[in-house]
Amino acid sequence: MTRDNSYQAVMARKNEIMKSSMGLDYETYRQGELAFDYERMMNDCGFTLEDIIRIQSETKVGNTPMFELHNLTAAVRKISAPGKGARIFVKDEAANASGSFKARRASISAYVAAQKGYKGVIAATSGNYGAAVASQAAQRGLKCIIVQEVFDSKGIGQPEIVEKGRKCEAFGAEVIKLSVGPELFYYLLLTLEETGFFNASLYTPFGIKGVESLGYELANQIRSMTGKDPDAVMITHAGGGNLTGTARGMLAAGCNAQVIACSVDLSGLHMASDRDFNRKSFTTGHTGFGVPFATWPDRTDVPRNAARSMRYMDDYILVNQGEVFYVTELLAKLEGIERGPAGNTSLTGAVSLAREMDADKIIVVQETEYTGAGKHHNSQLSFAQKMGIEVRRGNPEEGVNGKSIVIPERLAQVKGHRQDMEKLRLSYLKNAAKQLDPAKWSDIDRAFVAADVKKDLKWLDQALKQI
Amino acid sequence: MNEVKAGTWVEVEKILLTPEQRAPQVPEDTRHTPYVMRVAGFLTADSLYGTEVTVKTLSGRMVTGNLKVIHPHYTHSFGDTVEELLTIGIGGEI
Repeated sequence: MTRDNSYQAVMARKNEIMKSSMGLDYETYRQGELAFDYERMMNDCGFTLEDIIRIQSETKVGNTPMFELHNLTAAVRKISAPGKGARIFVKDEAANASGSFKARRASISAYVAAQKGYKGVIAATSGNYGAAVASQAAQRGLKCIIVQEVFDSKGIGQPEIVEKGRKCEAFGAEVIKLSVGPELFYYLLLTLEETGFFNASLYTPFGIKGVESLGYELANQIRSMTGKDPDAVMITHAGGGNLTGTARGMLAAGCNAQVIACSVDLSGLHMASDRDFNRKSFTTGHTGFGVPFATWPDRTDVPRNAARSMRYMDDYILVNQGEVFYVTELLAKLEGIERGPAGNTSLTGAVSLAREMDADKIIVVQETEYTGAGKHHNSQLSFAQKMGIEVRRGNPEEGVNGKSIVIPERLAQVKGHRQDMEKLRLSYLKNAAKQLDPAKWSDIDRAFVAADVKKDLKWLDQALKQI
Repeated sequence: MNEVKAGTWVEVEKILLTPEQRAPQVPEDTRHTPYVMRVAGFLTADSLYGTEVTVKTLSGRMVTGNLKVIHPHYTHSFGDTVEELLTIGIGGEI
């Protein structure tokens, strides 16, 4: 008998496919129409932070260096008001097995898949996560399939994504390359069904628990280097896992530094548009993921998302493409290290925020990633020019996404701008209200929603009047 | 003519969804295009270029599709000279 493999039929089988591909029943955590027991779900995976660190040390993950960026800090102080210009530190996550923090996220999934006897793992991602899963799978003796959105209808691949695909193949993974569209998840489901492999989703408790070690290490490294806690931690934000895991790890270390998200502002470009696909120079860490995932996390390939960024986010800085390219080049020329776009996004946010902070304060950029052919900013800018995008120096605020990239002429033009947190929280509430009329929310739903945006019930009552 | 030997590393292309079969939320410009997959693998039998063939992928799956590329490889690079970057960080930015 042939199964119905139409888009609608496969999406309708989503829950049963997910259950058998992870061995995790999300229904057991349900508490209300909206509410579920988030902490119990996170703790049920059965790993303590010590377990996570031990598992990760088996596969070349974690214990990455922390560097103080003395020259960049000095440059920022020269353009800051007297007494301003915080010390900038960076955690060199490029030192993980696959060249990014994503190795942490993949490590526990690969371990669990091997423990549970799955023959292989699958992940749907066009990001560094694919290479991370492939690298971890290789070390655990698992087969690996990575499902990627790679090319537009003309067959042209975004150079950074092409490079990420190459790296997956380098670790022995099969790479399924797809054209632009949200049907990536449709094909993920079909492939899970066909192979019976483990779904190494980005958004499971395993994925997020794996990142907790980053926040934990970070807090302890800053303490031992400076004798105090960091004041702010800048985190490149897309799907929310980086921020959620890091913040949880910091809390486990007793560190209450400000948790600040940072994304590249790609407003005006549609993420599922065939035309826009190759007119953006950043494939992740941008607002096209960062805003929708913050304001409604449960839009992924798992029933309940373990990455819930608004629970932990204190502030959100947006930077534009030209600003990140400028700071990427400065990192190489002033600090002598070449790193890739994800960490340089939060570095750009940190440069802009450090100017507002006192000179004795500490701001930590919590990741770097590898760079190379395709990922390199020169590669991205050259590709943008070929796609008809104007590249010039000037005031970065003049850049129009999809049309022009304006690279600052001076460091003082790297300013970033703040995303309105209250607006994000209200947007979350509107999304929750679409699921169920707020008049029908139970007490437990109300408490869940408030906690999911880091607010209390008093705020919730006021806010509900505004939506 | 154009016969490709079994065991050759090739890339096949397959239309997964025609424009009519695509997801309802797809934006206008994307909706007019088919949803396409490409995957590389070892050819399972001597075949002709441009015909429907079966490959064995790196994970061991058998996938059928149109034979598009023989010996697929990567050509992405660091790009052409971007002069706008060259003058950054060599003085004058403060």
